[in-house]
Amino acid sequence: MSAGIPDPAAPLTPTGNLRRRQVFSKMTEYSATIAAVIAVAVLVIVVFSVIQRGASALSLDFVFTAAPTGIGPELLGTAVIVGLGMVIAMPLGVLIALFLTEYAGNRAAGPIRLTLDLMNGIPSIIIGLFIFGLLVDHKQQSGLAGSVGLAIIMLPLIARGSQEVLLLVPSSIREASDALGVARWRSVLGIIVPSALGGIVTATVLAVARAAGETAPLIFASSLGDPSKFSLNPLEALPNVPVRIFTLSEEGNPEGFAQAWGMSLVLISLILFASLGARALLARSKRKMAG
Amino acid sequence: MSAGIDSTRGQDPPARSRIRIESDTPVPQTGITGPSVNGHRITAPEVVFDSQDVSIFYGAKQALAGVTLRIRSGQITALIGPSGCGKTTFLRSLNRMNDSVPSFRIEGQILYHGHDIYGGNVDQVEVRRRIGMVFQKPNPFPKSIYDNVAWAPRNLGLKSELDDRVEKALRGAALWDEVKDRLKDSALGLSGGQQQRLCIARAIAIEPSVLLLDEPASALDPIATGAIEELMHSLKGRFTIVIVTHNMQQAARVADRTAFFSLEMSGEKPTGALIEFDDTETIFGRPRDPRTRDYVTGRFG
Ligand SMILES: Nc1ncnc2c1ncn2[C@@H]1O[C@H](COP(=O)(O)OP(=O)(O)O)[C@@H](O)[C@H]1O
Ligand SMILES: [Mg+2]
Repeated sequence: MSAGIPDPAAPLTPTGNLRRRQVFSKMTEYSATIAAVIAVAVLVIVVFSVIQRGASALSLDFVFTAAPTGIGPELLGTAVIVGLGMVIAMPLGVLIALFLTEYAGNRAAGPIRLTLDLMNGIPSIIIGLFIFGLLVDHKQQSGLAGSVGLAIIMLPLIARGSQEVLLLVPSSIREASDALGVARWRSVLGIIVPSALGGIVTATVLAVARAAGETAPLIFASSLGDPSKFSLNPLEALPNVPVRIFTLSEEGNPEGFAQAWGMSLVLISLILFASLGARALLARSKRKMAG
Repeated sequence: MSAGIDSTRGQDPPARSRIRIESDTPVPQTGITGPSVNGHRITAPEVVFDSQDVSIFYGAKQALAGVTLRIRSGQITALIGPSGCGKTTFLRSLNRMNDSVPSFRIEGQILYHGHDIYGGNVDQVEVRRRIGMVFQKPNPFPKSIYDNVAWAPRNLGLKSELDDRVEKALRGAALWDEVKDRLKDSALGLSGGQQQRLCIARAIAIEPSVLLLDEPASALDPIATGAIEELMHSLKGRFTIVIVTHNMQQAARVADRTAFFSLEMSGEKPTGALIEFDDTETIFGRPRDPRTRDYVTGRFG
């Protein structure tokens, strides 16, 4: 047979190098599967060991009372710090995303996207140091300083995540609203943002989940909070979960270890639930957009 | 305004191309008889769009060359011609939808009731508020049926009796009976034909003076197409309508006037040009230009 053209009447079994290509294809498939299994395994092992060691510490008292029995003030402090950080980062991040997708030309959008990606890569310890120099040194620690640090971490995640969903809003919809003689900003607020809202919320929740466990900025900004006192005041140092986990595990005291594991379990559960909820929300809003 | 017609008559800009321009014989009456000016009866409806030697470029590529035509009030004007000859391009330049294309450039003039659409102090948002557009592919907002229609009026300050306005627009688009019991449902659940009629309702809800339709039935089945055509007839007179269609029977059925565009070689590259513009019966019955005749009798290409 000449030059690989199969006899049209031959049985439909592999000819030429198809067998070799099939082997290669199988190998690729298997390695990809193994990599995926490893990723899942790592998550399962981490979660499992946290549950194993932390579950014994869990109780209602543990979650709702202050030190020495519970971690209530830390949970409250983390909620205040992360919440404030979100309040700072979300509007800014969404506005940046809107600028990128709705107003900026390619020439302005490129550098801003690059900036956001670089910002996303800044080690959190450096953000902590920056916040320390800017807001804490010569002044005092505060939850607010911690919020600003976390906002810097959240900002690129929210901006990039929102940008991606805004790009999913079909351009035909922008045309439709343009053709109705309505000013662009009204289209943005009335049509485009609502169409992408699910995705914007998702990006925000994922950013919050990421920031909730960030320790480095808080070590600089809010490490001296009193774990025996509930406080909502962001102008003073607030006790918080990540720093407390860090200090307890430094102390070398078995009870402290147990508490640290318990806190880890609470934190990781909150983050997992938030992320899963956000993913579900995103899937729903994508389906809605597709009709 | 009507006096302006007389004054522009006979002053057509010199046609650069060899293209036959709209005949200056008065168009047949369409029920609108203008007032008498200086003892002369004005029989043709007022000119809405006066396109004078319009050429359009996308970057270095010329899409249209030297289009000169007049579109009159209350009439349905169809733009026909082979794919890629610049029908959409011309239509979108009538309400400045092409402004968002960075490489877009226009030469010549398009006057809307005597005002240069691309003039310095003209606001493109205002242009589109008066000159509405319906696109080839239905593009409802991911909102409820009601909100699709009500959104623009609400934002343009037409808030009083909004329910009535929505109902009127949906009736105008021959959609009311099908959706009146589910106005709160998502518009994305409607069929393609219903979505397109919703887009028409959305466009007429703000009462523009002109409706531009770019192949509004091309994505629809024959029944939905029939519904859209009936709709054209019912909208006639209330709006000045310019419709692009690749379906010649459709043009013959709905349009008063028909413009035939085609691709002509200008130098090396094919460029869109207006070949003939006349009454629909003339274009389909006894076209003057052999290229038009070839196209409408199906001998094209
Ligand atoms: N946004 C654009 N950018 C560049 N070229 C375009 C653009 N839109 C249309 N064109 C070109 O202009 C010519 C006319 O296109 P179009 O107006 O869509 O034709 P028609 O609607 O008659 O099929 C085509 O050659 C097309 O490739
Ligand atoms: Mg077209």
